[in-house]
Amino acid sequence: MSDARSQILASVRRALRRDALPADKAATLEARLRDPSPNLIPARAQGDAKAVVELFVGMTQNAAATLTRVKSAKDVPGAVADYLASQNLPASFVMAPDPELEAIPWSERPTLSIRRGKTEGADQVSVTGAFAAIAETGTLMLASGPNHPSTLNFLPETHVVVLPASKVVGPYEEAWARLRAGRDGTLPRTVNFVTGPSRSGDIEQRLLMGAHGPRRLHVVLIED
Amino acid sequence: MEATSHAFKDNVRKAIVEPGLQKALGMMKTGFQVRRLAAIDKLPEFERLRDQGRDIKNHVLENLDFYLERFERKVTDAGGHVHWCRTAEEARETILGLCRKVGAKTVTKGKSMIAEEIALNDFLEEKGIEPVETDLGEYIIQLRREPPSHIIAPAIHLNKQDVIDAFQKAHTHLAPDRPMEDPTTLLEEARGVLRPKFIAADVGITGANFMIAETGSTIIVTNEGNGDLTQILPKMHIVLASLEKLVPTFEDAATILRLLARSATGQEFSVYTTVSTGPRRPGDLDGPEEFHVVLLDNGRTNILGTEFQDMLRCIRCSACLNHCPVYATVGGHAYGWVYPGPMGSVLTPTLIGIDAAGHLPNASTFCGRCESVCPMKIPLPKMMRHWREREFEKHLTPAAVRSGLAFWAWFAKRPRLYRLATGVASRLLGLLGRAHGRFGWLPLASGWTKGRDFPAPEGKTFMSQFAARRRTS
Repeated sequence: MSDARSQILASVRRALRRDALPADKAATLEARLRDPSPNLIPARAQGDAKAVVELFVGMTQNAAATLTRVKSAKDVPGAVADYLASQNLPASFVMAPDPELEAIPWSERPTLSIRRGKTEGADQVSVTGAFAAIAETGTLMLASGPNHPSTLNFLPETHVVVLPASKVVGPYEEAWARLRAGRDGTLPRTVNFVTGPSRSGDIEQRLLMGAHGPRRLHVVLIED
Repeated sequence: MEATSHAFKDNVRKAIVEPGLQKALGMMKTGFQVRRLAAIDKLPEFERLRDQGRDIKNHVLENLDFYLERFERKVTDAGGHVHWCRTAEEARETILGLCRKVGAKTVTKGKSMIAEEIALNDFLEEKGIEPVETDLGEYIIQLRREPPSHIIAPAIHLNKQDVIDAFQKAHTHLAPDRPMEDPTTLLEEARGVLRPKFIAADVGITGANFMIAETGSTIIVTNEGNGDLTQILPKMHIVLASLEKLVPTFEDAATILRLLARSATGQEFSVYTTVSTGPRRPGDLDGPEEFHVVLLDNGRTNILGTEFQDMLRCIRCSACLNHCPVYATVGGHAYGWVYPGPMGSVLTPTLIGIDAAGHLPNASTFCGRCESVCPMKIPLPKMMRHWREREFEKHLTPAAVRSGLAFWAWFAKRPRLYRLATGVASRLLGLLGRAHGRFGWLPLASGWTKGRDFPAPEGKTFMSQFAARRRTS
């Protein structure tokens, strides 16, 4: 295969009528990669913190997800229990082993039955945190890691995301910059940008919800 | 798949009289266009983003060797592997080797046009590995053993009853008299059948909408979540991508992502945009243990540096298909190979040769809508014209067309004679056609009148009207 590699690179250079880039040109491109700067960011994504949260709330609903706003972390167990009851779902779920979620006083709602870990597909409901949320399109940014198995984002029919308002940013670029900043050049294996519940338009172009991923996506937004 | 682009005219003749296809295409004509416009109206920066998207891709193409090597290094740093493949055959063999390495029996697949291009499913089946398409549309057409007819809506040529028939035939473990009229039940049925396949698969193969040189990541965009279950559940994730999918940074991908969903489905953003980097990390509870990128050339480097280079900016959004009067009339299968519509009319000849696909660049009215909606501003009509020129130069154009063109050119170079002759002809046709207003048959024009009536000319010729107006103004 190294033969294929050198041939492909040679074909590219032949087509571009030059040899490998000279060192100074390559250094310029390296610099662009080392210090990536955003291109045009739409005006709608550039509001202040309050405007950005309001935009996120609106766009989330546009994307057919649902959202509850609560005052503080101690209101989360009640909000989750109420949501599950409103959808006629059992009061049990699998939860990401996330220290931020553990800080929530779940025991105040003893009726909730919680299992921690990943899922093999038998769980009806999952509860996870989020790395960030993007107001521009009502998009959640979920980063895989020991505290967030990706299977929780896809296998259960209902996915509940607990999101402090401080994690809401305007554009995708700002969320990505936060991810980049905290990790000295390495990335999580999987970063999922999720905008509403799963859907398909493949049968007569009719929009059908719940294709392979969750049928329902619910956000509990903590406004502290 | 075996290309039938050379038989485009026969394909078209069949397509335009097929009632099921025409019904399905009829539904397409408005939906995509209206939704795209509505989404663009909400983003005033759309035009400027198009310019930036075009510039990003041009920059990558001018420095493709640099970005390819850089991407490879970062994939390796993240614990993944890059496999360079010149041809479809090399890519198939590479994938087979990887599947055999983990003893794969079933392979789940996210939607990938490159997999269609290299006819991966047939190949894997021959080698005793079961490929399972997981995108609902792809799954339906896999059951029917036919190729996709649209890039983002592969089963758009089908009606609900076709899906019911396919599921009745394939899902024999379910009660034959189950209710299936509601499309939701069909979706649930597919979800139910495919869920255990996701869990059982040894390898998951996806395409890539982008590869990021900065980080060695790949990005896929879906609405169903099938591409995600495909890559996080099996032991091995293989990404199959052609080399022009590179962008320098996440920021560059974000710019093009703002164009992609709006141009494709008219969504502000697709439901799932997933960035994958290497295999699962120590401490991760799930995710693939191996990550491989099969990087395919398959003729792309031959396009680079030619008048067709701009085609390598294409992000496969389907806007050009959705706005093409020819596609809306004949559907995707008539184009005879993987890529239909205007982008296919330009790309297919570059990949399978103008000799085999010469009809495609001729299947255009040059109305220009494809270029005007293309998020990457690809000059599709201009490139179709380049193909027509090449076809003419290679003497592939049929003799009747060549002599017709020569005849017309002779007249056109003699304007007085041209005006006299067309004036006489249009008056004569106007007189003869007065009764019906149209002709069902005309000598020398049977190629036209076989498919539709020729309208009888009314009033004066364009040139004489033009002259008259200039005199009065």
